[in-house]
This record gives sequence, C-alpha cells and structure tokens, in this order.
Amino acid sequence: MIQVANLHKKFGKTQVLDNLDLEIDGGGIFAILGPNGSGKTTLIKSILGMVIMDKGSISVLGAAIKTNWNYRKEINYLPQIANFPGNLKVRELIKMIVDLRQKPNRADELIELFKLEDFLDKKLTTLSGGTKQKVNIVLSFMFDSPLLILDEPTTGLDPLALINLKKLIQEEKNKGKTILITSHILQFVEEVADEIIYLLEGKIYFKGSLEQLKSKTEQTDIEHAIAAIATQPQHA
Amino acid sequence: MNVWNKLLLILFMAFGAASHGSTLEICSTCPIKSIKEGIDQAQAYDTLLIKKGTYLEFDIIVDKPLTIIGKDYPVVDGEDQGEIFTVTSDNVTIDGLFIINVGTSYTSDYAAIRVVKSKNFLIQNVVLEKLFFGIYLEKSTDGRVFHNKIIGDAVEEFNSGNGIQLWYCQNVSVENNIVQHVRDGIYLEFSDQIVIKNNISTNNVRYGLHFMFSNDDLYQDNTFENNGAGVAVMFSKKIKMYNNTFKKNWGAASFGMLLKEINDSEIIGNTFEENTVGISIEGSNRINYKENDFVNNGWALKVRGACYSNVFSSNNFLYNSFDVSYNSKLNDNSFSGNYWSNYTGYDLDKNGVGDVPYRPVKLFSYIVNRTPETIVLLRSLFMDIIDFSEKVSPVFTPDNLRDNSPLMKKLQ
Amino acid sequence: MLKILKYSFYDLMRSRWSYVYFIFYLLLGFVLLFLNNDVSKAVITLMNIIIVLVPLIATIFGVMYYYNSKEFTELLLAQPIKRTSIFLGQYLGVSGSLAMSLVLGLGIPFTLYGLLKSNAIWDFSLLLVAGAFLTFIFTALAFNIALSNENKIKGFGYAVLLWLFLAVIYDGIFLISLIIFEEYPLDNFSLVSTMLNPIDLSRTLILLKLDISALLGYTGAVFKKFFGTNFGFFVSMGVLMIWTILPVWRMVHKAKRKDF
Repeated sequence: MIQVANLHKKFGKTQVLDNLDLEIDGGGIFAILGPNGSGKTTLIKSILGMVIMDKGSISVLGAAIKTNWNYRKEINYLPQIANFPGNLKVRELIKMIVDLRQKPNRADELIELFKLEDFLDKKLTTLSGGTKQKVNIVLSFMFDSPLLILDEPTTGLDPLALINLKKLIQEEKNKGKTILITSHILQFVEEVADEIIYLLEGKIYFKGSLEQLKSKTEQTDIEHAIAAIATQPQHA
Repeated sequence: MNVWNKLLLILFMAFGAASHGSTLEICSTCPIKSIKEGIDQAQAYDTLLIKKGTYLEFDIIVDKPLTIIGKDYPVVDGEDQGEIFTVTSDNVTIDGLFIINVGTSYTSDYAAIRVVKSKNFLIQNVVLEKLFFGIYLEKSTDGRVFHNKIIGDAVEEFNSGNGIQLWYCQNVSVENNIVQHVRDGIYLEFSDQIVIKNNISTNNVRYGLHFMFSNDDLYQDNTFENNGAGVAVMFSKKIKMYNNTFKKNWGAASFGMLLKEINDSEIIGNTFEENTVGISIEGSNRINYKENDFVNNGWALKVRGACYSNVFSSNNFLYNSFDVSYNSKLNDNSFSGNYWSNYTGYDLDKNGVGDVPYRPVKLFSYIVNRTPETIVLLRSLFMDIIDFSEKVSPVFTPDNLRDNSPLMKKLQ
Repeated sequence: MLKILKYSFYDLMRSRWSYVYFIFYLLLGFVLLFLNNDVSKAVITLMNIIIVLVPLIATIFGVMYYYNSKEFTELLLAQPIKRTSIFLGQYLGVSGSLAMSLVLGLGIPFTLYGLLKSNAIWDFSLLLVAGAFLTFIFTALAFNIALSNENKIKGFGYAVLLWLFLAVIYDGIFLISLIIFEEYPLDNFSLVSTMLNPIDLSRTLILLKLDISALLGYTGAVFKKFFGTNFGFFVSMGVLMIWTILPVWRMVHKAKRKDF
C-alpha cells in the first residue's frame, strides 16, 4: 500500500527524516509514534505530497507520488491542527470538499453522530477547538477511501466523541482499510493499533506489533516499552 | 480694407465689365481657341468666357484690365513648362479656372497665377493642383484672393513653393481659401494691412502661415492643422490674431504658433489644441493674450526669454502636460484670471477665484529643458513630490510667476 | 483550477475588504466626476491615483490573502488537486476580484456620467487596462514574497518596501542617473529603464494617450519611433504581459517546491 524508500528531508539545517525506509502492506491500523520533533508529521505530509522530499521515493497504491496528485483521491487525511478558512460556514466547508472530491459521501450520517446539526450554519472561526476537531473528523471520514491518515485525531475531543471516533476507526478497519495514526495518547494507541512504528531522529527505531514491542523491550506496559526503545540501539 | 470698400470694388468691377466691355467666348470649336488669343483680341474691360475643355498653355500675360471667367472649370494645363498666368495690369479678375502642372524651377519661382505691381485684382474660385507656387502677389495692392483651393504635393522644403505668397503688398484680403500640401500655406513678407480670414491651411511641409516683416495685419477665424511646424510670426508688429485654431502640430521643432520679435500685438480667442508647444515665444513684448484655449498641448506656452510686459488673462489652460515653461528665473509678464485645469486650490469665499495662487511653471519643466530624456518620468509620483516641494519653496523657477487669481471654473 | 478560483473568488466576495475596495473606487469615481464636472480632468487625476494606489493595494491585499488563507491552502493540499491549480486558482481569485472591483468601481460612475459619449473613453479604457495589469502583476509579486517568507511581518515589510521602491525610489534613481549622464545619448537607457519597472511602464502606456504632444517634443530618433508610432504601444503592452507572466511563473515554480 505504501512504500517509502531512502527518504531524506531537511528543514534548514535540521535533518528531519534521515534515510527512512518504510513498508506498509495494507489492512489494519498503524500507529506512528515518536517524541516531539521526531518527524511523524513530516513523514505523513511527505506521503501526502505536502512536504517535498529532498531525496528518496514514495509510492502509494503502486504509483510513485512525485509529480502525481491523483493518488490523493484514495486518501482521507485528518490534519493535526484543525485550521479552516474562517469565514466559511460548516455547511459550506463540507459542501466545498464534497464538490472538490466528487465522490459519494456520508456526511449527514457523521454530522448526526457527532451532533453537529446546530453548528452547520456557524462560521468556523466561532467554533470551539473540540467542535472544530469534530468537523475535521467528519471531513476525513465521509469518503470511502482505502487509506486514512489521521494526525492526532483525539485532540480536544470529549469522551463521547472519543468513543464514536474509536468506533469509526474500527468500522473502517473491518472494511479492510489501511489506517495511519499518530498520537501522543498511548492508551488510545494501545486500544486501536495493530502495529507500531516508532520514529526517532528521523529514523524508524521499531516496527512491529504491540506484543513484539513489549517482548523486545521486556516491558509489560506500553509506556515503559516506548521509553525503553528510545534508549536501545537500533535493530529494526 | 473694410467690408464696404470690398463691396464697392466688386460692384465697380461687375459694373465696369457690363457697361463698357463685350464678352469673348473661348472653346475648342469657337473662333478663339486659346486664352492667349483671347487676350490678344480683347479690348480693356472685356470679359473672356472660357468654356469647358483643356487648354495647354503657359506664360499667359494678362496686360490689360480683363475679366477671365471659366465656365464649368476649364483646365489650364501648363505641362510643367513654367508660369501660367502673369497679371501685369490693374483691374483683372480671374475666376473659376482649374490650373494644373506649373513648372518647377530652382532659379525662378514659377506660379500658377502671379500678380505684379497691380491694383484692384480679384482671384476667386480657382483650383490649383500640381503646382510650384500657387498665387504669388508681388508689390500689388487693393486686391482680393477669395475662395480658392490649392492642393500641392510637396514633400521637401527645398523643391516646393508656397500656396499663397504676398511680397511687398498692401491692402489685400485673403479669405476662405483652402491650402494643403505646399511649403508654406500662406506666406507674407513686407506686407501691411493684410486681412487673412477663414482660411484652412493644413498638412503643409513647413508653416501653415508664415509672417515676416509685415505689420498691422489681421488674421482671424483661420484653421491651421498638422503643418510641419505650425504658424510662424516673426519680426512684425501690431498684428491682430483672433479666433484662429492651431491643431496637431507635433514634433521636436514644432509648435502651434511661434512668435519671434513680435511687439504690440493681440492674441485673442484662439484655440491651441494638441500641439507639442502651443505658443513658443521669443523676444516678444507688450502682447495681450486673452480668452485663448490651450488644450492638450505638451507645453501650452514656452517662454524662451527677452519677453517683457506681456499680459495673459482670461485664458483656459486645459490638460496640458506643462502649462508654462521658462528658461530663466526672471519674469516680467503677468498672469491673472486664467483657468488652469491643473490647479488644485480651493475657493472658500465662493467668489469663483481660487484663494491660493497658481504657479504654472513646474520644476519638472525646468528639468526637462535641461535633460530632455527625463520626459519619460512625466506624471510619476516622484516628479509630483519634487514639483510639490518646488511649489512650496521655489528655487529654480521664477518666484513671482504666478496667477494670483486663478479661476475655479473654465471660461466658456 | 476553476473550482479553486471559484472558491477563492467567492471567499473574497464575502470578505469585507473587496467591498471596501470596490466602494472606495466607486466613491472616488463619483467624487472626481461630480466635483470636477469634467471627464478629461477626472481621467488625469485618476491616472495619478491608479499608478500609485493600485500596486499598493494589490501588494498588500495579495500578501494578506496569502497569509490569511494558509489554512484553506493546507486543506486543499491534502485533497486530490494539483498544486499548480491551487495556487493559480487562488492567485486568479484574488487578482480577478481586485481587478473587477477596480473596473466596476470606476466604470459605473464614469458610464453613468456619460463616458460612452465622451471622447475620453479610450483614455479611460486604457487606464482601466493598465490598472488591471498592475493588479495582476503586483498580486503575483505579493504571492511570491509571501511564498518565500513564512514570517507574516517580514512578508508585509518586504511587500511595502517593494511598492515603495517601484513607485517612488526607482524613479528617483532613474532621474538622478539621467541628470548625471546627460552628456550621453540616453534614449535607449531611459526606455529600457522604463520597461524594467511595471509602474513606469503602465504610466508610459497612459502617457502615450494623454501626453503624446509633449513626448513628441524630444528629438531623439529612438523616442520618435517609440512614441510617434504604434510601436511604443505594442512594446509596452508586450512587456506588461511579460511582467505578468514572469512572477506568475515563478510563483507556480516556488509553490511546487514548498513544504506545508
């Protein structure tokens, strides 16, 4: 599904991604973990083509992404910070995205699920952070695409919404989709992720299932496992 | 010469012809077949009636008082041989001829019609084409050149002649003529008391009208358009210029009107439109400029120095790139009560006169005089800023050159 | 691209600034005409305003729009849309709505006033064409500046400096060099210098109409050819075109390589 080979990216003098190789075959939930500044978002944005790589190659669904943009039809992306054009109303924003992608959607169902009906005619600037994130989730789950990329999806969500989100993620997984998630909430990761990808200083330190991670680091809970892996020499 | 005099003259001539003259007809089938023959056989005060046809003749000398009238515009073709009509007698009328192919020469000024030392002549309704000089009046007086059409094909100054030329003449009126494509449309030298009225002089190689050493003349209601350099009035005095139009004289050395050594004259009610320079003034004194319109000229007035006691009042200066340019810091001319479209002042007391004086000379015009290429910076913000600072404290332009009573509304 | 253009345009049409801009020109048009009662004079005053104000507004507005719509841009970048389309669409949206405000804002009062019957119509149309060109050029330049500067304050600073330079300082340097080198033939130098600044260039284009009598007063053969024939008009138009295309091209080029 996603092949990343030999990926380099520098921002100014900082080497954010350093000769990174990654292969994700598809089906299941992949959690990308790593400390702040480890290159998680950069990796995601490189896959999306928002960040232009310095060196290396990425292909998604069998097609190289360089100079190509059509592959994004098959990706639903939930950005980290839900910043939307301020003077649009929620309804208009959804309409616009639908218009841009020209795909069947289930926006109404999701709006109901997150109880957004009352906000449809409000401008996006007037919404709270949590509500914005709900709109964000609606936008990224309303199309039926084989690949979902969720960057910190839990930010600002109330417990009910969080439950709904998890339900949505499971549903998508059961449909056989590939889901890439970054998150700081390890409990959330533990609950949903099938596989962990651990990123540090622009390199992948670990890739494997939760159990593999625990056994490898000889820890019983994920928090300690993560803490331990950062101090171990690299083997993946 | 006033209107009554002219009327009397015409009446007299008509009466003279009818009373003691007979009419001789000239045509290809008549007993008299050529104009020369006709003149030979005619008695003084006879009328020659030339019928339609083409007459290949030149050097026709009219040496007795005759009325020569063409019927349906007979063609007199000089075949480029030389002068066509030479009038040496008083009281001659030439009317209704179509004269073509005057000879071109670098040694003699061949004309279609030349009048030499004669009085009471009348040349009217004549059409001249392919000419060298058109109507050439020499030391003649009390005549009239009326309603003729002169269309030359001049390209260069050196091998072309003037449309209507007056040399040492007095009391002549030149009216309602159309002159095009010759060297100077109308040229006056040493000619006084001349009236030039209602003529249209356009597309001439040099000047539409050219005045030299001629005094007490009047020209009014003429149109001068698209001539090589415009109209030149030089070394003359007491000239009256009323209600003429000077248009589209474009070029580096071009102007609507050039005044050089002109004194005690009046320039009233004229329109200067779209000329590179509206009036270029040099060494001219005591001239009254009144009620003229200067529209869309590059420079409405270019004052080149040695100009004293001129008065500019009640003129409209509309949308000129520069209103006035001076090449010195001295000013002895007065501007008052003009309308300037570039004026940005205000009129708080609502008396129709702006409360702050207008300075028609911009610093930029001074800079352009010095470095002509700077003209490409015309109307740039930087130039406006510089002009503004000069306006506040004049350094390069004459301090006393200002209109203290600029009008708020255009004069109609 | 058309969709992006549509949304940018729509977005701008709802923002208060396009109205402010539109109403400003509308008022300006009415005030000029009804205070002066003279179309020709209004056209001349308008020219001074257009030459100075249109670039300023286009620059500031362009930079402002770019920074303000960063979120919108990022949202679009994750969608299956070509990058070129996103930026071209946004650029055309901004410059198009600005140009429209200008043309309508000035066009309405002048048409109401009876411009169509006046012979100033050509001068006026040319003025609007030059104004539209300046809008497109300076919006593109503004986008370039904004794309190269993540820092908003810096971006604004550079944009205002650019305007100040092209609107005033450039001409100052130009004038001084003309005076210093007045001994030398300066025809070509001055024409080329004019071409290198879009503000000077559009000013020249308008001068060709308004002040042709003065321009023809200079003797140089190159000037004569440039100003005396249609040559100058076509060259100016052509170079204005290049001035529009180059920054747009660089903008697209830059956008293709930028990280978000």
